[in-house]
Amino acid sequence: MGNYFQPAIETASREEILAIQNEKIVKQVKHVYENVKYYRDLMDEKGVKPEDIKGVEDICKLPFLSKADLREAYPYGLLGTDLKDCVRIHSTSGTTGKRVVAFYTQHDIDLWEECCARAIVAAGGTKEDVVQVCYGYGLFTGGAGLHGGSHKVGSLTLPMSSGNTERQIQFMMDLQSTILCCTPSYAAYIGETLAEQGYKPEDNHLKAGIFGAEPWTEEMRKNIEKSLGIKAYDIFGLTEISGPGVAFECEEQTGMHINEDHFYAEIIDPETGEVLPEGSKGELVFTCLDKEAFPMLRYRTRDICVLTREKCSCGRTHVKMAKPMGRSDDMMIIRGVNVFPSQIETVLLKQGYTPNYQIEVDRINNSDTFEIKVEMAPEQFSDIVSINQAKERKLEQAMRTMLGIGPKVRLVPPKTITRSEGKAVRVIDHRKLHN
Amino acid sequence: MAIQQISVFVENKQGKLVETVKTLADNGINIRAMSIADTKDFGILRMITSDNAKTKEVLADDTVVNTTEVIAVKMADRPGALYRVMEILSKEGINIEYMYAFTASDSLGAYVVFRVDDVPAAQKLIDDNGLQSLNDDDVQNM
Repeated sequence: MGNYFQPAIETASREEILAIQNEKIVKQVKHVYENVKYYRDLMDEKGVKPEDIKGVEDICKLPFLSKADLREAYPYGLLGTDLKDCVRIHSTSGTTGKRVVAFYTQHDIDLWEECCARAIVAAGGTKEDVVQVCYGYGLFTGGAGLHGGSHKVGSLTLPMSSGNTERQIQFMMDLQSTILCCTPSYAAYIGETLAEQGYKPEDNHLKAGIFGAEPWTEEMRKNIEKSLGIKAYDIFGLTEISGPGVAFECEEQTGMHINEDHFYAEIIDPETGEVLPEGSKGELVFTCLDKEAFPMLRYRTRDICVLTREKCSCGRTHVKMAKPMGRSDDMMIIRGVNVFPSQIETVLLKQGYTPNYQIEVDRINNSDTFEIKVEMAPEQFSDIVSINQAKERKLEQAMRTMLGIGPKVRLVPPKTITRSEGKAVRVIDHRKLHN
Repeated sequence: MAIQQISVFVENKQGKLVETVKTLADNGINIRAMSIADTKDFGILRMITSDNAKTKEVLADDTVVNTTEVIAVKMADRPGALYRVMEILSKEGINIEYMYAFTASDSLGAYVVFRVDDVPAAQKLIDDNGLQSLNDDDVQNM
């Protein structure tokens, strides 16, 4: 049994959770129908009335919302309250298209921060802890979410924001941070930098890290845990639904508990939209049960994953989602084959390389070119040309086995790949420029 | 005595090599000998410098650097001098990965740097056959 921030709800029986969800969804659909014209039109079009929704089992009757709807309704079209009742906006990074702007009332901020507090407590956080938040602050939800969560827990919060690694490390050492919150790629980078500065993993006071906002693999988790001497917890969220903390990992590290009292999750067939039974792999869809200002109903995340309600040893009863196998946004189709960056990362870590890589795709003479630049460590570099080339060929072979398509691999010196201190730039696809 | 050689990974990009060489110049490092191996994608700059520790330190921030032992054998100024050395190594099954030549001052003469797969064995052969080779002190004091 672990520690909980809100034990009553986090360990409530399935019946209790269902009762809460049923009560909330009826109210929520009414709220949205009355206040969000955009969604009311979608419901009318589908012939669904608020009274048709008597509980969560009726959610499947509701129309979907997608990123395209968010773009169409930008900026105020999906607002569920008066603007004067809103206290904050956040926005997505806009890497895959137009930015999404989400609105929050104080109630929405509170419930979001509570979700983040649950995640921090699940990672072992208490009032005694020093929580170093190096997610970006500002429009991005990462910084604000964990910052608010840390306040709710009562931990000492270090609002570092991202970047300035020297300063991050100085504060981490001098103020003895115990919990680190950032993107996994930045955690890996901090680990590398600490080692470069001659620190051993046991030299810092960190005990846990809460990492999210970008896809990462089990291999990367092991790497980070080793380099920082911590236990690394995954956290999941999206601005459209609130931010980080929609789901979080417990000490079991076998999936993330979705905060089901606020967010109802479904898995659907991405082609047909049909709801799939528990345990099926499909697209994750969220319905906000009690958000006021930006009350998404059946929002299609484009994340492909699996849900499970199997009993968890941590004592939490909320449904668990497996780590998404990749957002459909991350997926590349190269020479007709689906390629996820996470697969490439898996190969690199297995072969003893750092997860610092960049994929470059282009189309020359109607054929896709596919190149992966991989940073090597000094001990991997040889003064003999053929040895370096053999390493490249070996990686190419391993990539071909994993991906089913052969990239060209190029080893490059450390730190030559543009280092983002927020989200990592993994893919440069020149093909888009030709369209 | 084998000597230290510094190898530097140089990306095949305009300005990369000049940047590396400038760093050495700015830090007052004298290049005694060098060679470059180039491929389509990268080059490896191998050098024997007046201060290997410093060379490593000033370049390590920007690229990967490693140190290997090589043997710099003095060459007599006559036909067959190189052949004689290579024959000695070859007979004992020592493989040469690569080699390059340099001349020091007039009084010091010409040298060939050998990168071999078995440095101690090669060094012993060179010494046993009465050939001269450089040590790290020689390189520093050239």
